[in-house]
Amino acid sequence: MNDGKATSAFDRTVALAGNPNAGKTTLFNALTGLNQKVANYPGVTVERKTGVWRAGEEKALVIDLPGLYSLDASSIDEAIARDVLTGERPDVPKPDVVIAVVDATNLERNLYLVTQLLEGPLPVVIALTMIDVFEKEQHELDVERLSALLGVSVIPVNSRKGRGITELADAARAAAQAGPRNVNKKEIEEGTNPVFARYSRISEIVQQTVRHNDRAAHRLSGKIDSILTHRFLGLAVLVAILLLMFQAIFSWAAVPMDLLDSGFGALSGAVRDQLPEGILTDLLVDGVIAGVGAILVFLPQIVLLFIFISLLEDTGYMARAAFLLDKLMSRVGLHGKAFLPLISSFACAIPGIMATRTIEDRRDRFATIMIAPFMSCSARLPVYTLMIAAFFSGQTVFGFLSLGAVIMLGMYGLGILVAIAAAFLLKRTLLKAPPPPFIMEMPSYRLPSLRTVFQNVLERAGLFVKRAGTVILAISIVLWALTYFPRTETTDLSAGPAIAEVEAESVQLQNSYAGMLGRTIEPVIQPLGFDWKIGVALIASFAAREVLVSTLSIIYNVGKEADAESETLVAAIRNAKRDDGSPVWTPLTAVTLMVFFVLAMQCMSTVAVVRRETNSWRWTLFMVGYMTALAYFAAFVTYQGGRMLGFG
Amino acid sequence: MMKLSEAGIGDHLRVVEVSGNGRVSKRLTEMGLVPGVAVLVIRAAPFGDPFQIRLRGYDLALRRSEAAGVIVDAEGGNEA
Repeated sequence: MNDGKATSAFDRTVALAGNPNAGKTTLFNALTGLNQKVANYPGVTVERKTGVWRAGEEKALVIDLPGLYSLDASSIDEAIARDVLTGERPDVPKPDVVIAVVDATNLERNLYLVTQLLEGPLPVVIALTMIDVFEKEQHELDVERLSALLGVSVIPVNSRKGRGITELADAARAAAQAGPRNVNKKEIEEGTNPVFARYSRISEIVQQTVRHNDRAAHRLSGKIDSILTHRFLGLAVLVAILLLMFQAIFSWAAVPMDLLDSGFGALSGAVRDQLPEGILTDLLVDGVIAGVGAILVFLPQIVLLFIFISLLEDTGYMARAAFLLDKLMSRVGLHGKAFLPLISSFACAIPGIMATRTIEDRRDRFATIMIAPFMSCSARLPVYTLMIAAFFSGQTVFGFLSLGAVIMLGMYGLGILVAIAAAFLLKRTLLKAPPPPFIMEMPSYRLPSLRTVFQNVLERAGLFVKRAGTVILAISIVLWALTYFPRTETTDLSAGPAIAEVEAESVQLQNSYAGMLGRTIEPVIQPLGFDWKIGVALIASFAAREVLVSTLSIIYNVGKEADAESETLVAAIRNAKRDDGSPVWTPLTAVTLMVFFVLAMQCMSTVAVVRRETNSWRWTLFMVGYMTALAYFAAFVTYQGGRMLGFG
Repeated sequence: MMKLSEAGIGDHLRVVEVSGNGRVSKRLTEMGLVPGVAVLVIRAAPFGDPFQIRLRGYDLALRRSEAAGVIVDAEGGNEA
């Protein structure tokens, strides 16, 4: 959209500006439908949303500006919006007209941005949202008078019902054709505070156009708030919402996840049946399908999380959660808004990291991103489960607590503690900044717009799938090649065919480049109590953590179909011997491995998302580096400390 | 006269002055907290901070430290 050719396809360019929560996204969706493009403004992590608005014969390019309270460029969002409006961004065409989205139930504060827009030369049209709610609350607004006082068209719209859209198109066309307005700079006298001056003008306008029958606006929201932000009830409701979220992610998502899993299994089988044996088939089945499949299996969980996050954002609850927990979060130097992204990361860091976009300050946002992967995500569960099944099943603490449950809780706790410590340090060193201001609107509660939620989820899930199709695909192929080459001839195996196949797989892996790598890194991981076979599994699990389980299955000769609770795999792990006959695995090794998995950055999808969200390879590599170094250090301390204390 | 940060829950107040010229006072005024505006203190968060106020028909949350530069007076006889 940066060349004349692309813009000339449109009759005009329209910028959508408005306060957060004014209904701008809903209007944008209503105008453009699915004709949307989302990208980042280059160099920064502000979303650039554009869409095509077809009104009758005409086609307009719509630029959805970030939600803004002001144009004073005190944040990146505001600076970008300002640049777009003045035509200084080379990546979007200069708008011909601005549609200012104004929430009728919050007229005074919404008009502040409008007064700023009116100080510039661009033609402005006002789309007045929530007028139905406003009138239901027994208030009256003289729309014609408002339009006359501001000197621009004011069009009441209802985006969900599609009302007012045609009128809005007509008004935008008329305003664009009338061309730039004459700016009367004298409106604001010199020497006075411009903010005060704008608000005093707004007060005059509102006094002449609005009749409140009851000044206690948002009465329903107030009642809901008296529960949801109540000192005790509010926290109880928050916990209940989180429980529901995790219930959905960990139990309801299991059904579609199993379906996907068996779907990819069936696809592998079908491809193997249809194609002749050979490298290409192996690449397709074991590299592409297995690799991408292992990541896409998490899609149901990720989509569910996105749905929850979108619903919480769209109803206005997100602001309440931040309000409830800001005190707690600010102790480690984070914003209250960091809470939900971090909690989401217990299911998967990807939606969590994407949800940090609501945090305005860059340093706060980065600190949150940097610690999000310490939250034990669902991909670590198979690893914990396998280790606990192998060494701690059936044991109890104090006679009634399952040792496995205690260890599991310990791993989650370790991740949280390290995250807190890391945030604390980051905010005092690399991301040093005074605590960000909290000053946050508590928007009125709204019924979520299903369309907005749907488009939100579609967009975010789409990004994830795109990653799976590109970066993850490439890394899967590399990892597959590492385990596939060089080929080991296995024709001389004399045992039965089924056993032979499993054993051949194992021999192949041991002699492959991955096997060699495992042996190469053995001196490095020996102080952690790991042998080269665990090394191979560790290397493979840098693609995705749960790959550890299938790699161990292959290397221990039990076939790659074994899962974390497979008895044969558990037995193989318990019986694995070193060359001197001592067991490879002890309970201490198992705990050390779990500690490593809590802290290490072993997820290529997360790496890809962090790269996108921070727009910086340096931060991405820093994250991979410091997490892995921390994981090694903690595992080292666990193993060596454990040995000194006489364990293992 | 007192600081907004010292106000109690349920207080009806009127802003007298917003001091300071940093990021915080700029943002507060942009959000409509300018001299003359009526403010109602609604509630505080579970751990005492931040707190929620109502002005210009909408609700705003802010930390006490951020409200320290806002000087308010008890609401007189004027209509809110």
